[in-house]
Amino acid sequence: MTAQELRLKQQKRQDAAFRISTRLFAILVLVLLAAIIGSLVYGAWPAITTYGLPFITTVEWNPVTSAYGGWDSIYGTLLTSFIALLIAVPVSFGIAVFLTELSPIWLRRPLGIAIELLAGVPSIIFGMWGLFVFAPWFADNIQPWLMEHVGTLPYVGWLFQGAPMGIGLFTASLILSVMVIPYITSVMRDVFEVTPAMLKESAYGLGATTWEVVWNVVIPYTKNGIIGGIMLGLGRALGETMAVTFVIGNAHRIPGNLFDPTTSIAATLANEFAEAASEIHIASLIYLGLLLFLITFVVLVASKIMLMRLQRNEGAHS
Amino acid sequence: MTLGHKLLVTVGLSAGLFTHAIAGDITGAGATFPFPLYAKWAEQYKAATKTGLNYQSIGSGGGIKQIQAKTVDFGASDKPLKKEELDKAGLIQFPTVMGGVVPVVNLDVVKGGELKLNPAVLADIYLGKIKNWNDKAIAALNPNVKLPDQAITVVYRADGSGTTWIFTNYLSKVSTEWKEKVGNEASVQWPTGVGGKGNEGVSQYVGRIKGSIGYVEYAYAKQNKMDFTQMQNKAGNFVQPDDTTFKAAAASADWKGTPGFGAILTDQAGKDAWPITGATFILMHAKQDKPEQGTEVLKFFDWAYKNGDKTALEMDYVPMPDNVKNEIRSNWKQIVGANNAPVWK
Repeated sequence: MTAQELRLKQQKRQDAAFRISTRLFAILVLVLLAAIIGSLVYGAWPAITTYGLPFITTVEWNPVTSAYGGWDSIYGTLLTSFIALLIAVPVSFGIAVFLTELSPIWLRRPLGIAIELLAGVPSIIFGMWGLFVFAPWFADNIQPWLMEHVGTLPYVGWLFQGAPMGIGLFTASLILSVMVIPYITSVMRDVFEVTPAMLKESAYGLGATTWEVVWNVVIPYTKNGIIGGIMLGLGRALGETMAVTFVIGNAHRIPGNLFDPTTSIAATLANEFAEAASEIHIASLIYLGLLLFLITFVVLVASKIMLMRLQRNEGAHS
Repeated sequence: MTLGHKLLVTVGLSAGLFTHAIAGDITGAGATFPFPLYAKWAEQYKAATKTGLNYQSIGSGGGIKQIQAKTVDFGASDKPLKKEELDKAGLIQFPTVMGGVVPVVNLDVVKGGELKLNPAVLADIYLGKIKNWNDKAIAALNPNVKLPDQAITVVYRADGSGTTWIFTNYLSKVSTEWKEKVGNEASVQWPTGVGGKGNEGVSQYVGRIKGSIGYVEYAYAKQNKMDFTQMQNKAGNFVQPDDTTFKAAAASADWKGTPGFGAILTDQAGKDAWPITGATFILMHAKQDKPEQGTEVLKFFDWAYKNGDKTALEMDYVPMPDNVKNEIRSNWKQIVGANNAPVWK
């Protein structure tokens, strides 16, 4: 064997070793995921066997009588995230359109960086800001006005009642919306940028206004990406813990209006895990964690599929 | 020297460093209520004896779990364990200090300690039956206060806590309805109100929400200058929360007759007793795997009983009465090592 052949053989071995080790790392991710699900199911097992599926639809959280049901937490999680998206999506859309279509070139970079920085602020900071700054201001200035003027309207009035405490469902949703805006905005901006300039310019050439170009060209072209970005934001909102715990009011009840205190899965876990003494209390908390994991998992998978579809379409068009 | 050797040496060195730091130190975990005091005691003890204490305030529930798993030398709990629970886990229990839980309010018309409440009114407020400050029941107790027409917002601890355990223990004793509907635990199903996380969460909510009422540890209320209330005790007197009324509650308690000194100090009969008082407890294994560590722990608490009262009072905790301390010391003889020899002499 010549020296060259020897070297080739060695390189092949190295290559194979490299391939195997990268594959192992990739498999490790799947193993970890399976292990997390496995340990959640194992930990939740006493609660799963005791309460079964009705756990999901029961409103009851009584450590004294050991009666647990998770619907108030699940409902609170879904509702806060939903309201957060109602606020965040239009705002993010506006920011993304401004950044890609309307903003002067020199402003794009600093604005883009500012939004990405917002995504890096630790959630506890949002929570403290919400509790110490926003909630008092909201309770003194905005809530009484809303209750007096909007709260008396027919059909929607009941939403704006309750005590002006500054904390509760609405504040939690608002804080969440601030937290997810950077995520949704950056995805929207990125997908808006992939819209071929040719398409947009053709539309402008036909005399379309900026709004018409965005509505009729950019959005149809990028709608899967937009939905993917929204799902990403939703995934983050669902699991957010500290910021929500600070301002949601932590009451195991279904809220009757926007200002009522309620709770979310993550807030319940943060509050009760350390002091849960009985086995069934801990198991019920882990059961809640498992449900949150499943909800988030479904949302993230959905967003991934949407984004993948967008990439396929991109290839087909250009 | 190969890379492997270097790594081994580094690991060995750092392991050496760590064991050196830990050797002789005692470890404990549990209740958050006595944590500031234990930390201060540990600092003074270290200065006096060079032995350190590593106490983690992870909550009473966590403390019980950790001592059962033997990951710490002692556990700490605000809730006394019952005799069966102690026997089952092979644990010895003794109290270290006492403290009070006080109702705090946010009302413009009263300053600290002016508003008077009685057990029935407090229970009805927390049950959601009294909804407004101008309720006749409150007015009858406070003829000199012009109570406003303002909705009451109830604030409670959202996280499980020994403070809640003491508070709900009291409400269960004074109100049958509370006992049947809600009960006594570290966290309960609250009929009404909002939950703050920790003492600071509750005080923040009470400070923020006009017309609210909450409950916090006395030390916390005092240091943050919150407006607490007077309570009518079992003897029918209205008392202010302070160390004399907490002591009065401890004086009439039957420490010796309660297994593990688990006397519950709520709703005591003494004429000056503050009705919502409680002690905080230490848990240790009756049979020590490492007797020398057990001795170190007991040395620490012996030192604290002898030298720690002043610090405790400064920090608004109430020391145990001397006769109870002596009872506790003689009870330590039950803690034995492998050869059944007591670790405390």
